[in-house]
Amino acid sequence: MGLTSRHLLGMQGVPAEDIQLILDTAKTFREVLERPIKKVPTLQGKTIVNLFFENSTRTRISFELAQKRLSADTVNFSTSTSSTKKGETFKDTVRNIEAMKVDMIIVRHESAGVPTFLTKISKANIINAGDGRHEHPTQALLDMYSIRERLGKLEGLKVCIVGDIAHSRVALSNIYGLKAMGAEVSVCGPATMIPRDIQKLGIRVYHDIDRVIAEHNVLNVLRIQLERKAGTSIPSVREYHKYFGITAERIEKYNNNIVILHPGPINRGVELTSEVADGPYQVILDQVTNGVAVRMAVLYLLGTMN
Amino acid sequence: MNIVLKDVIILHPEQKLNEKTDILLEDGIIKKIGSLSENEIKNSEVYNLEGNYVTPGFFDMHVHLREPGREDKETVITGCNSAAAGGFTGIACMPNTDPTIDTAEVVTSIIIKSKNHLVDVHPIGAVSVGRKGESLAPIAELVEAGAVGFSDDGVAVKSASLLRNAIEYAGMYNAPIIEHCEDPSMDDGAMNESFTSTQLGLPGIPTAAEDLIVMRDILIAEYTGGRVHIAHISSKNSVDLVRQAKAKGIKVTAEVTPHHFLLNDESVKTFDTNYKMNPPLRSKEDVEAMIEGLKDGTIDCIASDHAPHTIEEKEMEFIYAPNGIIGLETQLGISLSELYHKGHLTLEDLVYKLSINPRKILNLEIPKFEIGKEANFSIFNPDTIWTVDVSKFKSKSRNSPFDKKLLTGKPTGVINKKRMFIDDKFINLA
Repeated sequence: MGLTSRHLLGMQGVPAEDIQLILDTAKTFREVLERPIKKVPTLQGKTIVNLFFENSTRTRISFELAQKRLSADTVNFSTSTSSTKKGETFKDTVRNIEAMKVDMIIVRHESAGVPTFLTKISKANIINAGDGRHEHPTQALLDMYSIRERLGKLEGLKVCIVGDIAHSRVALSNIYGLKAMGAEVSVCGPATMIPRDIQKLGIRVYHDIDRVIAEHNVLNVLRIQLERKAGTSIPSVREYHKYFGITAERIEKYNNNIVILHPGPINRGVELTSEVADGPYQVILDQVTNGVAVRMAVLYLLGTMN
Repeated sequence: MNIVLKDVIILHPEQKLNEKTDILLEDGIIKKIGSLSENEIKNSEVYNLEGNYVTPGFFDMHVHLREPGREDKETVITGCNSAAAGGFTGIACMPNTDPTIDTAEVVTSIIIKSKNHLVDVHPIGAVSVGRKGESLAPIAELVEAGAVGFSDDGVAVKSASLLRNAIEYAGMYNAPIIEHCEDPSMDDGAMNESFTSTQLGLPGIPTAAEDLIVMRDILIAEYTGGRVHIAHISSKNSVDLVRQAKAKGIKVTAEVTPHHFLLNDESVKTFDTNYKMNPPLRSKEDVEAMIEGLKDGTIDCIASDHAPHTIEEKEMEFIYAPNGIIGLETQLGISLSELYHKGHLTLEDLVYKLSINPRKILNLEIPKFEIGKEANFSIFNPDTIWTVDVSKFKSKSRNSPFDKKLLTGKPTGVINKKRMFIDDKFINLA
């Protein structure tokens, strides 16, 4: 049994069996990562391009390590500004790379829809590493892996995503993935950070963080981008922290069984205090390790399909 | 040269005409309407047009010709060819050109370029110098050169005070102010803000951005007693606002594009940039409100917002791609398929929306079926079934979401300025 699609563009529409397969495969690779020699020959001879049109050290390194541990040949194309702005169209950039005979493209871009667009102009397997505020499926998969690792299951769990939902690519992917796996999903944040009609996805919207802590098994806490619109969407970072920040006091008062995830990088003292970020409730560094294993699983399953 | 349009139905609701007949033209002038003698037929080029309607020439009051400045996308001539192929004998061209239409020289240059074409071209001047919203463009001079309306096209007139002055000043010449209604503090998006934009992770433009400016403009039209025309209306609330304003006797008119009365924002799920436009495609409820507005007369006319872009500009990441689609060559077919054949509008209604009303808004003469008058007609068959093929378009650009779409109702030809376009070619009648 393999995956139902030859691309991973998002978690929307990915069936539970596929998610299960990726997570189970990741478990095998997670064991490989504990060996002294962390490399398998599975993707030998495959060429993978990491096409990053937006800054992302962590995701790119995680993908690159995953590729190297599967023995694939990898090339990085990183540019902080789109090549469009330099005169070459995105399509030409991709066609040039395609002409070098690549098997898979990992893409990160500030515009939603770019991975879909890539499937129309390239024959390679496409993996979305984050498109605008749309999706970031491997992040959702590694989050699910980490939750399952800590709590043994996903089905029936109550998971809340906390923070700037409107500007997040992690939120949507988590919502789709977790719901497919039978979890109950909600979001929490200031009303200005909740995108329009999101409850139509079959999720609850909260604005009270104490209640959220009390009523959930897992919080996936998003980064508050300090540079983004402070003063317009929220009055200040100080006020955000006061009313939405996750603190050890809150956890101890309302629910000390909660599991805290964070996709990184953390703003200590904003969405989380250091006590929480380094404390017993969090699985933040496990997420990073699991990220490599999950990406190995996705690369392996897609790379050996055709 | 004598030509005969045989077995046509002439349709002119203002003249109360709706009858099957023949038309004889001599050198492009209407010579006779009625049954023709054998002699009259023998000495003429005869077009057997059974099943076709002949109406006063259609007029599209919202076209971007791109000349001067972006002749790689469209020129005055290719735009006019596209209009003729789409069944139009006249267009108004918008001022988001480079340079913009804020001097008499630019107005004149556009008029000169279109002078020998079948299609009448009436420039819309900029409201403000450089469309910057600071000081009024030389409106009187632009009217004298041939401008028939004013717009800061692409953006709403920047301030209420400048809009008030523009309405009053242009009002001296009975020229309307045509508004792109969008509050600039809420325009930072790539599609309609909705559940769909939430699912797609694309930044949204709320309908409130349109409604705010429609409301402002109505209030200023009421206060001044002047005229404002709402371009490409797209939100249900805006239609309601216009409906209420009209009931109060405020001089506001509105147009809608075929894409806004046909498509909703779920089309964007393909991330195809041919569904990216401004105003964006709205919700199903908004689309229904456009049809209602057309039916009850709140929306006066249909206009294409024909917006040519090159392939390389449109084949781009969604948030970077430019807004707009071309529409001249699909507008009549879509209007017939979606409004007439679905029972929303009669053919008479369509003649108002596509010919009479836009001309009234711009104070242009309405073509009539009268002996001795120069013919200005559109000919179409409402029952011809055809498939849109963008590769055959006369427009220089190809950015249409309607490629391969099956339509019922097709332009057959147009006659104006002693020229005829039929069977894919232009013919001089005199």
